[in-house]
Amino acid sequence: MTSPASPPPTTPRSSIQSRLLASQNVSLLATGFVCFLLYAAGGLAYQGFLSKNVFINLLTDNAFLGVAAVGMTFVILSGGIDLSVGSVIGCVSILIATMVKSGAPPALVIVGMLLLGALFGAAMGALIQYFELPPFLVTLAGMFLARGVGLVVSLESVPVDHPALTRLTGLNLLLPITAIIFLVLFAAGVYIAHYTPFGRNVYAVGGNAVSASLMGLPVARTVVGVYAFSGFCSALAGVVFTLYTLSGNASAGIGLELDAIAAVVIGGTLLSGGVGVVAGTFLGVLILGIIQTGITFQGTLSSWWTRIAIGMLLLIFILLQRFIQNRAAKSQGQG
Amino acid sequence: MPEAPLTSKTSAPAPPKTPPATRSSVAMGRAAFMRLLWPLVALAAVLLWNLAFSPGFFHIEVRDGHLYGSLIDIANRAAPVMLTALGMTLVLATFGVDLSVGAVMAIAGAVAALVVEPRGGVAAILLALAASLAAGLWNGVLVAYLDIQPIVATLILMVAGRGIAQLLTNGQIITFHNPVLETLGGGFFLGLPFPITLVAGVYVVLGLTVRRTALGLFIEAVGDNASASRYAGVPAARVKLLAYVICGLCAGLAGLIVTSDIRAADANNAGMYLELDAILAAVIGGTSLSGGRFNLLGALLGGLLIQSLTTTILTKGIPVQFTLVVKALVIIAVCLLQSEPLRRRFARQKAVEKREEAAA
Repeated sequence: MTSPASPPPTTPRSSIQSRLLASQNVSLLATGFVCFLLYAAGGLAYQGFLSKNVFINLLTDNAFLGVAAVGMTFVILSGGIDLSVGSVIGCVSILIATMVKSGAPPALVIVGMLLLGALFGAAMGALIQYFELPPFLVTLAGMFLARGVGLVVSLESVPVDHPALTRLTGLNLLLPITAIIFLVLFAAGVYIAHYTPFGRNVYAVGGNAVSASLMGLPVARTVVGVYAFSGFCSALAGVVFTLYTLSGNASAGIGLELDAIAAVVIGGTLLSGGVGVVAGTFLGVLILGIIQTGITFQGTLSSWWTRIAIGMLLLIFILLQRFIQNRAAKSQGQG
Repeated sequence: MPEAPLTSKTSAPAPPKTPPATRSSVAMGRAAFMRLLWPLVALAAVLLWNLAFSPGFFHIEVRDGHLYGSLIDIANRAAPVMLTALGMTLVLATFGVDLSVGAVMAIAGAVAALVVEPRGGVAAILLALAASLAAGLWNGVLVAYLDIQPIVATLILMVAGRGIAQLLTNGQIITFHNPVLETLGGGFFLGLPFPITLVAGVYVVLGLTVRRTALGLFIEAVGDNASASRYAGVPAARVKLLAYVICGLCAGLAGLIVTSDIRAADANNAGMYLELDAILAAVIGGTSLSGGRFNLLGALLGGLLIQSLTTTILTKGIPVQFTLVVKALVIIAVCLLQSEPLRRRFARQKAVEKREEAAA
């Protein structure tokens, strides 16, 4: 089904849409510029900031956030939101740790968790699509459910010392395994979003679900698929988290959904859906990571400055989006 | 009704004979009652279930002129949720949402704890309320004047707000001793714990404001269709702004109660997840998430229901983490009850049954 690198359709598009798509490049450029600026500023301010090790750590430390953010990008592109990602990470990590501890084969457990995550997401998507429930409320319930189940399994963190898993994390193929998963999933995300029918359907549904269904696109399947994909990504993020910390913790990933949303928004994806690119999210995750690294390098600034800095960046990018949208709408009115 | 000449001109099939005002108000009253019926039944069921298992559950005793008992305790502990739910109800009614109430609670608590030692209790309360008013204004301006989606606009303060609170307290838990501030969460008024009095007071003030002035009507109009109400002359932006400001103030009061109750400001944990409880309480109480319809009394019932569920779970010795699972199931159940497709299916089924009955 997947057609190779098809050029963007040249059929006449409503000009507001094309202007928004053009503005998407402005957003992406702005994000890239901010990312570069922050990185350069860090390099100027602190010795060793630009070293290879710091960069690898940047990828490793933010791998689970990045993996979750890929799924979140698709959900937001489709015009929805998924608040359950942070809890799913906690739930998956504690389930893996407990099951592996009680003797289950790790490979089987991990595959099972990924399937479970996708199923969980699909169930939420079905509630949203077929019962016309607001996404943020359904995924809020999902957030409570996943967190609750995780905490019921175990309140304390459970160490993972299965030889297969410790060997996996010890592996170093240029990059640690968690960073590799992050990069591979990103590549897959870019491919799915821009080069598959499913990806195009996601954009169409996010742009306008009614016209998408009038065009005969499978709206219901797309919506359920998007949440299933996000559930899968969250579960994969849980696996990455477990490998990263070599332990399972039911309270892992509290508030991570907000960081993921922030990364997506900073990456230039419009929260109203339909406009954005997956590559922008990659830059968004890097920006969050660079801020965190910079604050660690600085040493005297406390960690809560991270929250404030992320809040400010969110504000700036949302205002930028607003400005671009208004301009697109205005020039549409003139043209 | 003042807009009578306009409607008679535009809408041809106007209801004949029956004066529209009384008819609609009777229907509205009945609809409002029906919406309150389910939360009432649920609350009664939870309380009776408790009574069946612990016989002393409804027992209320007077000690030193103060009322004590499980029911009083539930109402007392539900105060922060009920207060934030009241504010949230108005915001939801404008077709918005405020995700920052938990963070605003943390900010209010931090401000109060910082100010109370040098300046005294009254100044602490006033400054904390001023801070939450500013937070509400911030959200309101972003939503109403910069036209940013409410989820996103309030997300900013949700992320940054807790950071600000931690910055104020320097990441530490700040304790204090001050009789005025401690009364807010631990005192009594006419035998009842002070938080209950506070909730009742806010409810009465808000209830009178929205129903005795045009504000309630404006809020519903804006939530139902913002541009239509703007064309009709309703100051839509100002109404939205006001809703967020009220919500911020309610959150600030709730933050003061929590801070006063533990005699300390804990920027990390104060109001954690409370925004979700507040939304849940409002929705249980019959406020529509798609705007245009709200019920303040329902929000109070919703808050009481959530707290009695939590208390039930705790007193049964069930681990506290089950509350999250239970809450999740409650959200889904409430949502499904509100869901349009399901209602349509029920309506169709009923119609079919009626037809079959008529045929038989």
